[in-house]
Amino acid sequence: MTTGKKTGAQIIIQGLIDEGVETIFGFPGGAVIPIYDVLYDAPIRHILTRHEQGAAHAADGFARATGQTGVCMATSGPGATNLVTGLSNAYMDSIPIVALTGQVAVPMIGNDSFQEADIYGITIPITKHNYLVRDINDLPRVIKEAFHIAKTGRPGPVLIDIPKDIQAAEVRPRKIGSVRLPGYSPLTKGHPRQIEAIVQAIKNARRPVIYAGGGVVSSEASDELRKFVQKTRIPITTTLMGKGVFPEHDPLSLGMLGMHGTKYANYAIHESDLIMAMGVRFDDRVAGNVQKFAPLAKIIHIDIDPAEIGKRMAVDIPIVGDLKSILAMLNQKIQAQDRKRWLNRIAHLKQEYPLTFDHSGPLKPQFVIQTLSEMTKGEIIVTTDVGQHQMWAALYYKTSEARRFISSGGAGTMGFGFPAAIGAQIGRPDMTVVALSGDGSFQMCIQELATVRMHSIPVKIFIFNNGYLGMVRQWQEIFHQRRYSHTHLEFNPDFCKVAAGYEIPAFRVTQPAKVKPTIEKALNMDGPILIDFRIAPEENVIPMIPPGGGQTDFIGEGEEE
Amino acid sequence: MHKMISILVRNHPGVLSHVAGLFTRRGYNIESIAAGETENPDVTRITIVVAGDEAILEQVTKQLRKLIDVIKVQDLSYSRSITRELVLLTIYSPVDKRAEVINTANTFGATVVDITDKTMTLEFVGDARKVNTIMRALEGFKVKEVARTGLVGLPLESQIEGSLNML
Repeated sequence: MTTGKKTGAQIIIQGLIDEGVETIFGFPGGAVIPIYDVLYDAPIRHILTRHEQGAAHAADGFARATGQTGVCMATSGPGATNLVTGLSNAYMDSIPIVALTGQVAVPMIGNDSFQEADIYGITIPITKHNYLVRDINDLPRVIKEAFHIAKTGRPGPVLIDIPKDIQAAEVRPRKIGSVRLPGYSPLTKGHPRQIEAIVQAIKNARRPVIYAGGGVVSSEASDELRKFVQKTRIPITTTLMGKGVFPEHDPLSLGMLGMHGTKYANYAIHESDLIMAMGVRFDDRVAGNVQKFAPLAKIIHIDIDPAEIGKRMAVDIPIVGDLKSILAMLNQKIQAQDRKRWLNRIAHLKQEYPLTFDHSGPLKPQFVIQTLSEMTKGEIIVTTDVGQHQMWAALYYKTSEARRFISSGGAGTMGFGFPAAIGAQIGRPDMTVVALSGDGSFQMCIQELATVRMHSIPVKIFIFNNGYLGMVRQWQEIFHQRRYSHTHLEFNPDFCKVAAGYEIPAFRVTQPAKVKPTIEKALNMDGPILIDFRIAPEENVIPMIPPGGGQTDFIGEGEEE
Repeated sequence: MHKMISILVRNHPGVLSHVAGLFTRRGYNIESIAAGETENPDVTRITIVVAGDEAILEQVTKQLRKLIDVIKVQDLSYSRSITRELVLLTIYSPVDKRAEVINTANTFGATVVDITDKTMTLEFVGDARKVNTIMRALEGFKVKEVARTGLVGLPLESQIEGSLNML
């Protein structure tokens, strides 16, 4: 492969190798056969999923667990459109993915050819950038650019659509230099004057709160953040995406805020006089009503994406740049502080509004998650699907490291958690990976049990089985007079038998007393296993702030109003 | 409030979809859009007029800057820019009305580019104010068809506000 011509497919695989790609998640089809042919001999591991959506989510989970760019591949038409949900999910949470899709041959494009879909057009709104390669000479540059764009600035998914004749064509590839994209140069260093303004604001604040999100994870700024918190003694609440950027066992941690956040986090925000928002976007699940969010506070907003600043929330001190470098600069300038009064108030709030659940009655999902959290000390990787179990996990699973709690935030994609666990496990073979799923969510990507079996991926699957689409049922209970329109999953398969069909061991747990021993057994077993937890069918996620509500507008069972 | 945004983009197929798609997806309304090559064949200039409050208009600009193929985004304030639109307009003008139409056209420097027994097609170029004025002046006649290019614009190099820009 030193001189002479190369096919498009060879250029693609060489490009991936040059980018350090070791694993691809994918599913073959007619329009990617040339690439798969080269892949046959390439030093790249291919994980064959059973659905392209599984491949996209697995690449996403891989990226979240490792901090590297995940790669997935699919054929043209239906193969490509099956990636769409996964791309949208990665886009909403700013996860770096490069997706390769086959396309019908260039002369066939636009003729409604067999297995043709305009995936370039389809994915414009859900990718950071995308390409349709019409000239084989563009291939090396496009691949290099795609990886650069996916990972730099605010990360995101990039799609490359490659017609089959381009894959098969031959050319003597030209050397390419560094990436040159006029107009694309993400800011990294924070403006010194704004940094000075932050230092002053912190000095003057009496009740400051940090609100940290996924941006801290993507900028790998956890260490700098910890230093900053220890020095300034500012209590910190994180979003779902920010879980683990600061140890949740620490007294300064307020856990998660927002619609299903802890009451004390939301009250702290409400009483705060200075909010330091870091790598967050004031999502409506966090700040339901921005008019009522932190009414007494000055707002500092640090983000790498200038368009996030002022998008939902008016900001007093905006600062654009990379959090890691901004926090490092702040750590140099800031002086150690002691905030007895405010921290006493925080301790009081935690005491007054503790996070608890009723242990009586049938098996409680909170109990299962709390047990897992205690048994593992939050040191494993947990992925979640979407719904009630996701929020219970966010509240009761406490972790101390970033990239250990992997969940679909912005898009809320049911079916994400299990394939994401596959990707996370491939990326981190040294770690235990547990996929927390619901009976509804799990059935959206249940076929990936085959992937897990075939590649001996030792993911532990916990299904929180309540026979309902639980979160929707909860909303119907609260907002629609218990009219459970089509949320009762009256027929569920026997998940243990399904697992057996894939030769995966499985257990069923119905009693609280069995929770700990069964989890212990599962964690000590080699290979994949599945546990079907039969949980209380009408348990709700509490606390809850209704959509569009202010930070203290709690509703739900057993509340004071 | 209206805003005119001048966007320099890399001249590839699909770039216009990226730009126009952004407006659709984010729920912004394009009032007019015009695109054409610049002095550099690798670069296209897209001029967009968009309506919205100040916060929306700021978001539009920021979101546009995020697109990878966008090289530069400029706000063109009407008062500090040269803006032009070309309009072709066919009106029903029976022989007895012709003189009146031609008269009106002449007043505004519009050109007659086609005539039949029943219709007359006019061509005129101007900034938004001039175009609106002519359109209003012609309101009394029955309009058959209109084609407008949408505004294009460039910053006013001389930075003299007013007089030159009025035409």
